[in-house]
Amino acid sequence: MIQKPVYDQPNLEGFFGRFGGCFISETLAQAVEELHVAYRRYRDDPTFIAEFEEELADYVGRPSPVYYARRLSEEAGGARIFLKREDLNHTGAHKINNVIGQAMLARRMGKRRIIAETGAGQHGVATATICARYGLECVIYMGSEDIARQRPNVQRMALLGATVVPVTSGSRTLKDAMNDAIRDWVTNVDHTFYLIGSVAGMHPYPTMVRDFQTVIGKECLEQMPALLKRLGLERQHPDVVIACVGGGSNAIGIFHPYIKHKEVRLVGVEAAGLGLDTGQHAASIQRGSPGVLHGNRSLILQDDDGQVRETHSISAGLDYPGVGPEHAWLHEIGRAEYVGATDDEALHAFHQLSRVEGIIPALEACHAVAHAVKLAATLPREQVILVNLSGRGDKDMETVMSQSDTGVQP
Amino acid sequence: MSRLDTTFQHLRSQGRKALIPYVTAGFPDVDITPALMHVLVEAGADVIELGVPFSDPSADGPTIQAASEHALRHGIGLSQVFEQVRQFRQSDSDTPVVLMGYANPIERYDLLRQPGAFAADAAAVGVDGVLVVDYPPEVSSGLAAQLCHHGIDLIFLLAPTSTERRIRQVAERAGGYVYCVSVNGITGTNMLDLAQVRDTLARVRQQVRIPVGVGFGIRDADTASPDIASGRPEAPRSQAR
Repeated sequence: MIQKPVYDQPNLEGFFGRFGGCFISETLAQAVEELHVAYRRYRDDPTFIAEFEEELADYVGRPSPVYYARRLSEEAGGARIFLKREDLNHTGAHKINNVIGQAMLARRMGKRRIIAETGAGQHGVATATICARYGLECVIYMGSEDIARQRPNVQRMALLGATVVPVTSGSRTLKDAMNDAIRDWVTNVDHTFYLIGSVAGMHPYPTMVRDFQTVIGKECLEQMPALLKRLGLERQHPDVVIACVGGGSNAIGIFHPYIKHKEVRLVGVEAAGLGLDTGQHAASIQRGSPGVLHGNRSLILQDDDGQVRETHSISAGLDYPGVGPEHAWLHEIGRAEYVGATDDEALHAFHQLSRVEGIIPALEACHAVAHAVKLAATLPREQVILVNLSGRGDKDMETVMSQSDTGVQP
Repeated sequence: MSRLDTTFQHLRSQGRKALIPYVTAGFPDVDITPALMHVLVEAGADVIELGVPFSDPSADGPTIQAASEHALRHGIGLSQVFEQVRQFRQSDSDTPVVLMGYANPIERYDLLRQPGAFAADAAAVGVDGVLVVDYPPEVSSGLAAQLCHHGIDLIFLLAPTSTERRIRQVAERAGGYVYCVSVNGITGTNMLDLAQVRDTLARVRQQVRIPVGVGFGIRDADTASPDIASGRPEAPRSQAR
């Protein structure tokens, strides 16, 4: 089901407190307004919701299971760790949930051409997949830097019939792909739908993407009580919910239904890269400051002149100098806490989860796993941590092999 | 009377249009900008649009992106842009200067100093207008008030896709002149469609009572065609590179 607001954010102009809004050039105003009207019309439309649910069930394979990671929990020694298995979705990550919702909207708006930006390639693959399924033209903007480190996903997109456009401006990563997608949208505004992959961009994207992703947390609300009961725990909710945060769509998807349950700790894990104090990271909430990027005001990594800084993370999907405005707001009001995991910690988690649970996780999700293991060790066994395992790690094999001694004979 | 008003009044009395070229501050060299601005004036510029470099210029095409990246590599920020305007003003006190850029450097400038610092410092060096690409009318009231306090015009964009309601919003707020984007697209476009420009201008003029300039894709005498003329002065704007 599409999420009904559990609290009154954002306001009508798309602001979560002082964050969010719609900072766009006049050339985009009409397209964004058109999207507003369409989304307002369909978000509560029973036929639209029924089709969305059917797609999620039949095509994506939802609901995704929640899995008790017994051996990982034992290794951590402390709280018990559960994994929400978004890695089992069709196309291998949570991204597809939002893509289906937006593509359905695009069809209803009569837009036959879909454009999208992608970092790790997961959103690009999901978009190319749905465009193949719906017979829509698909153009994916991807930084040339990311194309080099996520080759399997580039090949998948091509196979699915999408055109992948390398972006060579700026830092050649996700933020620059987003700039080029915005430029394309401005130019082809009549027949093109911009399918944003995270809770970024101008209002209404952060809200709309959140709404489509909250299926993750809503399923957890239903799944957790029975799982907890099996462990002899008479509780409805986990004590802690952990997710990685780049733009923040998987995190807001699992956090959002828990926001009103104040006893549940919400922890977002940002990419600390080489370390939060090295300048080589992508921790926009912990090291950023208020700024306007890609159509919204949020916390961004920038210099004293207001120029957006280049970021670093081993995971392309977290390599973004901003964060969804709702996360900035949840941070500001103290409802969610945000921490970092370094490249090395994420890599360690990649190997650990593979070895002890037989699950090869996406490097993005490894940041959440790494923090969960660290936190679990400090909590009693009765406590329960729910981690959003947002994607699978096949796409990262090359990166991981080049970064670590894997024990694999050449 | 502001320099922009004086300039447009003078042009009107001569039955001329304004030529408003654009240059990116700090390109191609850090120190060349004031000299470039003087050359533009000697070559016939009536108003100068000075681009404030930004790392993520999502409304701009490859040329201005490249110019901005080049300028940023040389450390050009708002403080340096203000210094360039100050130097230009030492020997030109008549030609209006309009800063054109994105919201974030301006917001950052104020956050690190104090609210209104940007408007005050811009006024102090002799800036006449400010165009913030990603500040639509809905979010511009704070900056508009600060600029107004210092006698600086906030200049707005209108586009072929602008609805009558949005044109009215701009008409109610705009100062100096209104910048009419010639096409749906980014700067440096090659797709100038004169029929569309005429159509947009006609719709804009029904509500906007101040001068209207046309920009994006105006690159030479042909594209700055008098075809789009009417009884009132306008400002065909070109991008000098």
